[in-house]
Amino acid sequence: MADAALLSIEKAERVFGGGRNLFGRARPAVHAVQDVSIEVRRGETLGIVGESGCGKSTLARMIVGLDAPTAGRIVFDGRDLVAEAGRDLRRLSREVQYVFQDPVASLNPRKTIRTILEAPLIHLLGLDKQARAARLSELMDAVNLAPEFLDRYPHEFSGGQAQRIGIARALAADPKLIVLDEPVSALDVSVQAQVLNILDGLKHKFGLTYVFISHDLSVVESVSDRVAVMYFGRIVEVGPGRSVFRHPRHPYTHLLLQSAPAPGRRSLVSDDATAELPDPYNPPPGCAFHARCPRGTDLCNARLPRLEAVSGDESHQAACFHPHERR
Amino acid sequence: MAEANTATGNPPRPVNRSSGRPDNLRLLLNNKLATAGLAIFALIVLTALAAPLLPLPDPDVTAPADRLFRPLSEGHLLGTDALGRDILSRLIWGTRVSLAVGISATLIAAFFGSLIGLVAGYAGGRVDTFLMRGIDMVMAFPYILLALAIVAVLGPGLLNALYAIAVVNIPFFARNIRGIALGLSRREFVDAARLSGESNAQILFIEVLPNVLPVIIITMSTTVGWMILETAGLSFLGLGAQPPQADLGSMLGDGRKILFTAPHVSIIPGLMIFALVMSINLLGDGVRDVLDPRLKSGALTRPLARTAVIRDIAPGDIEPSPGAVLDVRGLKTEFRFGGEVFKAVGGVDMRVGRGECLGIVGESGSGKTVAAMSIMGLVPTPPGRIAGGVALLEGEDLFAVSDERIRQLRGSAVSHVFQDPLSTLHPLFTVGDQLIEAIQSHRSMPKSRATERAVELLNLVRIPNPAERLKSYPHELSGGMRQRVCIAMALADDARIIIADEPTTALDVTVQAQVLALLDKLRRERDVGILFITHDFGVVSAICDRVAVMYAGQFVETGATGEILKSPAHPYTAKLIDCVPVLGQPERRLDAIEGRPPVVNNLPIGCAFAERCPRAQDDCRAAPIPLTEFGQGRAVRCIHPILMEAGHG
Repeated sequence: MADAALLSIEKAERVFGGGRNLFGRARPAVHAVQDVSIEVRRGETLGIVGESGCGKSTLARMIVGLDAPTAGRIVFDGRDLVAEAGRDLRRLSREVQYVFQDPVASLNPRKTIRTILEAPLIHLLGLDKQARAARLSELMDAVNLAPEFLDRYPHEFSGGQAQRIGIARALAADPKLIVLDEPVSALDVSVQAQVLNILDGLKHKFGLTYVFISHDLSVVESVSDRVAVMYFGRIVEVGPGRSVFRHPRHPYTHLLLQSAPAPGRRSLVSDDATAELPDPYNPPPGCAFHARCPRGTDLCNARLPRLEAVSGDESHQAACFHPHERR
Repeated sequence: MAEANTATGNPPRPVNRSSGRPDNLRLLLNNKLATAGLAIFALIVLTALAAPLLPLPDPDVTAPADRLFRPLSEGHLLGTDALGRDILSRLIWGTRVSLAVGISATLIAAFFGSLIGLVAGYAGGRVDTFLMRGIDMVMAFPYILLALAIVAVLGPGLLNALYAIAVVNIPFFARNIRGIALGLSRREFVDAARLSGESNAQILFIEVLPNVLPVIIITMSTTVGWMILETAGLSFLGLGAQPPQADLGSMLGDGRKILFTAPHVSIIPGLMIFALVMSINLLGDGVRDVLDPRLKSGALTRPLARTAVIRDIAPGDIEPSPGAVLDVRGLKTEFRFGGEVFKAVGGVDMRVGRGECLGIVGESGSGKTVAAMSIMGLVPTPPGRIAGGVALLEGEDLFAVSDERIRQLRGSAVSHVFQDPLSTLHPLFTVGDQLIEAIQSHRSMPKSRATERAVELLNLVRIPNPAERLKSYPHELSGGMRQRVCIAMALADDARIIIADEPTTALDVTVQAQVLALLDKLRRERDVGILFITHDFGVVSAICDRVAVMYAGQFVETGATGEILKSPAHPYTAKLIDCVPVLGQPERRLDAIEGRPPVVNNLPIGCAFAERCPRAQDDCRAAPIPLTEFGQGRAVRCIHPILMEAGHG
C-alpha cells in the first residue's frame, strides 16, 4: 500500500510570460517550475522546502488545478486529472484539496463559517440539507471547534482558529490528498503547535496524504516522511526526511541547514551578501546554485546536473556533480 | 490532541467588534457636515414626497394676469413666473421630478456599470480588454455631446434624458468596480471558492459581489448629485422635461430670458439645485468615510508627531544604571478606544548597554512592538499614550524633552530597522537619494561629501559595488539587500541604539542568517546597542546577549540568553520554547499552549498566564506577581517557578 504512488508529477514545467507580442518580438519568459518529477505515495507526508521564488507555491497550485503546467503531466491515482481540471475542476477537487497560507485572507469576510464550509458540500458532493448539517458538525469536531462558531464571521476568529476552519473546508469533500501551502507560517508559535498536532491527528484518522510546503526547515522536518528541496524552480535534493536532514548531499541543502536559526546556537554563516538568485530572465546554463556554491567547478557552470541517486542509496537523490559525502 | 481543545472545552470570547467600534449610523452622525447634509437632504426629499398632500396650487395652471409677482407677495410665497404659475408649487413638484430622474438614472447606471465592471475585472484577459475599451470609447465623447446625441436620436423628453444620463455615467461605475473586482478576484478566498466547486458565475455573484457592494454604494452616493445636475443641464437646454412639466433645469431655463428683469425666477431653482446637490455631496462624502474600508483603519484620524505623555506623577531625578545607554523604567503605554483602556504595556524595565543586544521575545499582541515604539514616541496619539515611566538615553529623559530634541535624536542617536524594508523605503527615490537625505538631515554637509559617506555606509553593510547600487531603486534590490540598506540608514549618524523590530522575519532563511551575522558584527565594531524584537528563540540565540520574555504587556522573565534557553524558570518561557519544532529533533512532541492570551483591556488581578499555566495555584490569581530576582542577573515574574534542579529537557 505504502509504495503505490497516489500522485505522480512527470517533468512538470510552468513558464510565465513568453510568446510573442503584437510586433512578433519574443516576450521575456520566466521558468517558475522546471523539469520537476516526483511521486507522492499513498499515506505519506511529502515536505517541500525552499526559499521565496523557488517555485514551490506554483507547484502546489498546479497540483490542485488552480494553475496548469505548460509542459509535463501531473497524474493522480492513474488518471491525468490535472489535464481534466482545465475542463472540470470539480472532479479534481473531490480528490485533492488545498490549505492556504493566510488563513484570514482565504475566508470570504462577508460569509459566515457555515456558508463557507457548506460550499464544497453543495457543489462537490451535492449533499442535501440534513446530510450537510451532519457533516458540518463532524467537520467542526474534527478540527476541534465548537459548533456555535458556525454562525460567526471570519474576522471574529484568531489566526489559529481561522486556519482550522481552512483545514475543515479542505476536509469537507473527503479528499485523498491535501496540499498544505505554508499552513502555519502566518501563525504565532504557540498556535503553530496546535495546528500541526491537529493535522497530524487528521492524517491518521482519515488516512490522508499530505504535500506540506514550507520555508521553515524545522517544521518540515517534524512533519515529513520524505523531503524535496527546491531551488530556482528545480528539485535539487529529495529523499527520506531523516536522511536529507542528517546527511544533506546538495551544498544548497547544507547551506539551508546551517542558516536555520535554532535555540542555543550561534550562526555559522558569514555576513557577506551573496544570497542573490540568478536572473530569472537570463538563467545560467549550468547549476543555478553555482554562484553561491563553495564546491562549484567549471563543470557546474557548463552543464546542468541531473537529479540522481548518491552513493548507492536509490531513495536519496541530489542534483549535484560534487555532493557532500555522508558524514 | 488534548493540547488543541481550546475551542470545545472553553469557547473563548469572540472578538466583538461592535462594542469596540460604534456602528455605521453613529459614525455618520459624528461627522457634522454629513449630518447637516443628511438633514437638508431629508427635508427636501420629504417635502418633495409630500407634494400631493401639501396645499399647493396646480403648478401647471397659467394665470397671465398674475405674471412675475415678486417673492413674499399675497398668495404666492415665492412669487410667480412669466406665465403666472406659482413658483413654490413648481419648485416642489420640479424637485420631485429632478430627484426621481437623478436617482433612477443612478440606479440604472449603477446596475449596468457594476455588472460590466464585475465581469471585466473577474474575467480579465480578452473580455476585460473588450469591455473596457468599449467603456473608454463612451468616455472619449464629451458627456454633454453624447447625451445630446442620444436625446437627438430618441427625441426630447424626460425619460429619454434619463436614459442618456444613465448611459453617460455607466463608465464611472464600470471603471470603479472593475478595479475593486480585479483585486478581489486574485484574493485567496476566490481560489478557495473555486476549489469548493463553485462555478465562475457563482463566484462572481456569491463571493465577489458582496465585497464590492460598499464600493457601489459609495460611488452611487457620490454620483447622485452629479446626475441631478446633468438632468438639470439637459432640461435647461430644452431636451429634458417638456413644458408645461416643471423640473429644476427647465425652471432655470424659463428664467434665463428674464434674468435681469425678474431674477427670482431663475435664482430660486438655482438655489434649490445648489442646496440639493450640496447636501447630497456632503452626505455622500460622509457615507464614503464610514463605508470605505481604506478609511476604516483610522486613516482619517491624524496622529500627532509624537506620543502624548500623561504621567500621573512626574518621576524625580533617577540615576541611570551604570553602563546603560538606554535605561527604561516602569514604562506604561495605553490605548483608549471609546471608554475602554487597553494596557498594551504595563510597567516594563529595559536596559541596553554599549554594544549590547537585548532581545524582547513575545507572541503577537504581547506588547513588544508598542514597548519599543514608545521609547522614541512613535506610538500614534490618539489613541495611544504613555501613562508612566521614564526612558533615559544617556541620562536624558526622552519622555520629558522637547519635540525638537526628539526630532534630532530620531534617526541619529536612536534609529529603527523595521520588518518590511520594501514599505520602509520610498519606492520613487533611489537608495542613494534616501541614504544621502538621512545623512544630511542630521549633519549639514555638501552633497559630494554625503555621497562619499553613503558609499562608505553601503560598504559597511557589505553591499557589493556600492557606488553603482546608490543609483538603484528599492524594487531593483532583493529583500536582503533592501534590509541592508535600511541598516545602513540606521547607522547614518552615529547611532548609539538601534531598535530592530523583527528585522529578519520577512527574509529567507539563508538571507536571515547573513543579516543577523551582519548586525552582530556591526554592533561589536561600532559599539551600538540593539533592542531586538522577535518571536523566534532561534533568532534570539543567534544575536542576543540578554533576553526578556514578554506576555500580556509585562516581562515575565529576563536574563542571559543561554541560561534562559537552558533552564527557563517561568512556565510561559518553558512552553514557548517547547512548542516550536527544533531542527535535528523531528521526533520531539510539540507541546502546544492551551487557551489564548488575555485581552489587555481586561487583565486579571494576579498572574496573566495563570489561566493557561499547568503549575497555577490559587495564590497565583490572588494578587499581582512582582518580577523577582532569580539567580545572577535573572528575574522571573512567577511565585512557582520551574527550579533549576528540576531541570528542563
